[in-house]
Amino acid sequence: MNKSTLLAMLLIASVVAIWEALCRVWAIPVFILPPPTRVFATAIVRADLLLPHAGVTALEIVSGIMVSLGVAVPLSMWMFASPSVEKAMAPLLVTSQAVPVFAVAPLLVVWLGYGMASKVLMAAVIIFFPITITLLEGFKSCDAEYRVLFDLMGATFWKKMRFLYWPWALPHFFAGLKVGVSVATIGAVIGEWVGAQMGLGYLMIQANARLKVDLVFAAILWLAFMGLTMWGLVGLVERRTVQWK
Amino acid sequence: MLDVTGLTKKFDDLTVFERFDITVPRRGFTVIIGPSGCGKSTLFDVLTGVVPRDDGVISWQGKSFDHLGGQAAYMQQKDLLLPWLPLMDNALLPVKMGAAGMANSRGKAVALFKRLGLRGFESYLPGKVSGGMRQRCALVRTLMFERELVLLDEPLSALDAITRSRLQSLLLMLQSEFGKSILMITHDIEEAILLGDQLLVVSPLPMGVQEQYALNQPKPREIDDPTLLKIKAHVLSRLKENAIHE
Repeated sequence: MNKSTLLAMLLIASVVAIWEALCRVWAIPVFILPPPTRVFATAIVRADLLLPHAGVTALEIVSGIMVSLGVAVPLSMWMFASPSVEKAMAPLLVTSQAVPVFAVAPLLVVWLGYGMASKVLMAAVIIFFPITITLLEGFKSCDAEYRVLFDLMGATFWKKMRFLYWPWALPHFFAGLKVGVSVATIGAVIGEWVGAQMGLGYLMIQANARLKVDLVFAAILWLAFMGLTMWGLVGLVERRTVQWK
Repeated sequence: MLDVTGLTKKFDDLTVFERFDITVPRRGFTVIIGPSGCGKSTLFDVLTGVVPRDDGVISWQGKSFDHLGGQAAYMQQKDLLLPWLPLMDNALLPVKMGAAGMANSRGKAVALFKRLGLRGFESYLPGKVSGGMRQRCALVRTLMFERELVLLDEPLSALDAITRSRLQSLLLMLQSEFGKSILMITHDIEEAILLGDQLLVVSPLPMGVQEQYALNQPKPREIDDPTLLKIKAHVLSRLKENAIHE
């Protein structure tokens, strides 16, 4: 275990210890702030309840990532190939980020219903921007000298894409994807809060209304676990793919 | 033969060169030497089509071209190997991009790897080998272009003295064994004298040919040859004068 991992674990352990101590010393009621031991216990004991909801949320997030990639990747390539397309798309992209996700969520539920589609789209919308922008910046960061070399070789746009621009942009792409998977939970959960039949966001709203705050925290714990796992998986794929770094 | 006449390039009010003439005989080795910032690299940018020329004619083997992008192989100070591709794949890049024929290209690259001391390193990534090996791989890639004209932009300047000396003999091989016509720019007077058949000393901006030397001594040459030492002294004094007037 390296020093930074040890430090991170020590920091988390300290926060948990202080939280636990405060709850016990001040005898804070569990319906206001349950101690972490209770939250961990609930997360495990109520796994039968939490797991199906976590599964739905995870599916929404993964589907959102796929949808987002399906749009962001070709769009980035198109904007890179054509500066006029980039100029035309820029205001739209910025606007998509300027509008709060909360403002769009009720509309998406009205349009797409209480099922999974509205949450998938919410997650996709929130991930779309970092992936598109980082990938585009990755393509653009390619050294001019390499471009000249490929021009001299008479390489077509697609060959340059395959052999030069994509590998060059991969570290940027993965940086964007890491940000994307970290914030994807926000989109899915907000969608579930606005209107859903399943998912950790839906469970949190239900539990909160019944003052089962330990269950709310347990759902948050599961969300955090899912986010960390996806972040770790992207990191693993990155290490396997970008071996020259 | 490469024949460049009346080549002109200006950036707003800055004239980099005006009515610049240069001739590279077929299978000849022409070296341009001049102070930093005199416009040598801009000349190559114009020749390769990175920036457009304002005026002049670029003619290769009797045909006029806007630039030599599709006609010349190019090797720069940086090896420009793709860090994600093994050395052999880097060397074969011109073949994959369509700048060279597919037939027997791998066999040719394997033979060149053996010849240049890269055998056994075909599957290594560029980041795992020395600077000299990377530059030798870049040389193989240049040879894989299958283009007679080769432009060399200070190809050895980033290397240590010993590696540079070894690679100079490999550059000579480009001319003697592979029959390439070579135009090289360099800062290194000794390198210019050891390799070139024709040496052009150029002035600071606007760049123009100040002096021209025909070097007929057989290769490989020794730098302690009295005639070469005399030329070296002349070139050095000219470059110093240029530096003073800069």
